[in-house]
Amino acid sequence: MHERTVERPVKIVVDFDLCESNAVCMGIAPEVFEVRDDDFLYILDENPGPELHDRVREAVERCPKQAITLED
Amino acid sequence: MIVFAKPSSGVPSRPSRSKTEQAAPLTATDSLAHIVIVGASLAGMQAAQMLRRGGYDRSLTIIGDEPHYPYDRPPLSKQYLAGSWDESKLRLRAAVDPDELGIDWRIGVPARALELSGSSVMMADGTSIPYDGLIIATGASARRLPGPDLEGVYVVRSLDDARALRDAFDAEPKRVAVIGAGFIGAEVAATARERGLEVTMIEAAKSPLGRVLDTAAGLAIADLHRSHGVDVRLGVGVHSLVSGEGAGAHTVAGVALADGTVVEADVVVVGIGVTPNTGWLEGSGLTIDDGVVCDETCLAAPGVVAAGDVARWPNVRFGEQLTRVEQWDNAVDQGAYVARRLLAEDEVAPFAPVPWFWSDQYDRKIQLAGMPTSSAEVVHGSMAEQRFVQIYGRPDRDELVGALAWNRPRQAVQARQLIEQRATMAEARETLGG
Repeated sequence: MHERTVERPVKIVVDFDLCESNAVCMGIAPEVFEVRDDDFLYILDENPGPELHDRVREAVERCPKQAITLED
Repeated sequence: MIVFAKPSSGVPSRPSRSKTEQAAPLTATDSLAHIVIVGASLAGMQAAQMLRRGGYDRSLTIIGDEPHYPYDRPPLSKQYLAGSWDESKLRLRAAVDPDELGIDWRIGVPARALELSGSSVMMADGTSIPYDGLIIATGASARRLPGPDLEGVYVVRSLDDARALRDAFDAEPKRVAVIGAGFIGAEVAATARERGLEVTMIEAAKSPLGRVLDTAAGLAIADLHRSHGVDVRLGVGVHSLVSGEGAGAHTVAGVALADGTVVEADVVVVGIGVTPNTGWLEGSGLTIDDGVVCDETCLAAPGVVAAGDVARWPNVRFGEQLTRVEQWDNAVDQGAYVARRLLAEDEVAPFAPVPWFWSDQYDRKIQLAGMPTSSAEVVHGSMAEQRFVQIYGRPDRDELVGALAWNRPRQAVQARQLIEQRATMAEARETLGG
């Protein structure tokens, strides 16, 4: 796989005012995001390891509400 | 079907979520000194982002006909129209800082023509922009009713459209007539009701959302709107718009229906679908047929790819048939795909996603994954309680190809994965039922 840069730790921040629990993020990175039967999103791992960064980044982009951000 | 370069493999066997992992590294070749993206909305912006992320560091131009930096359209019929979001919230995140990606922005001027042999885009202001690689992402425009333009008649596609309709809602009209109960019409009706306006929704088909939902699910949408006080008229077409008397002759006063009745309304919203923006490509040599016709890797001609609402390609996951997908998620996915396609030159698997979209109406979240078919069954909840999952089987073999979820987002995601894995209907019942 193509390594872009040295992976720095990231912190996942969800704006729960924007989040509408479409669960797209869960489909992409179920280790990190879970929408439960109460229809709320739960973050299972706020600081996912480097092996998850590509998928977390995809979840950020595919979120239809743009509710997820990554902080360094 | 036209094919310019045969992809190396058939249908990807892994779920599409691992596409980023399996993508070939992007290499900015010397032959692509300048990439031009025509279309400054979701698909085009996503393509730009993916080009840069993949290491493409040469010249990149984005052309857009609207005088705005890229913004997100789904909130236009919902939060923005409701008045709860202002315009600053609409900007696509990758375009919040327009300088970030090193893009040469050409916005506010439409492309007028494509010269394929000379590899350049002719602009409406008379200039021309040469390219080495071209991404067509010009989207689609709202269809309008025939006849003269009347004041008080709106569509919702662009920010300017939504701004005008929001102003009209602010003026507290007596009644809003929504023509067409597709997703835009249904969302506008819901937002108008939530703003306390009187609403009549008119649909020529027997049930709402007839293009994507079966009759029973469509009628559940009608019930949802009726329970919120919308006057829903089904199975009756529109004869014409009615204008006012005297000084109001250029202003809409109502909608005359095919059954002879008239719905009085001072605001009319037309939501009768879209047409792909391909006018500028007429005579270019590209195949235009309800969109830009592409091969299964979204290639329309050598060095030319298309993405988003304007692209028509065979999704080999579902067969040979050409499809055009007017969905947010597809624009993101296909925009990213064509960036890779353009740079990787060959060895690219076909673009064969499982489509997915959502619609929010009142407190309901409606999600559809895959392709609806006539082979439908409810496997979870019930339409009566408006919390359910309906699954769709492929007619010619035992395979899940679609699922509709109402207020069941978890199951929608699971269904999408089951479709990717080509699950049987029994497996789908097992996982999604209960």
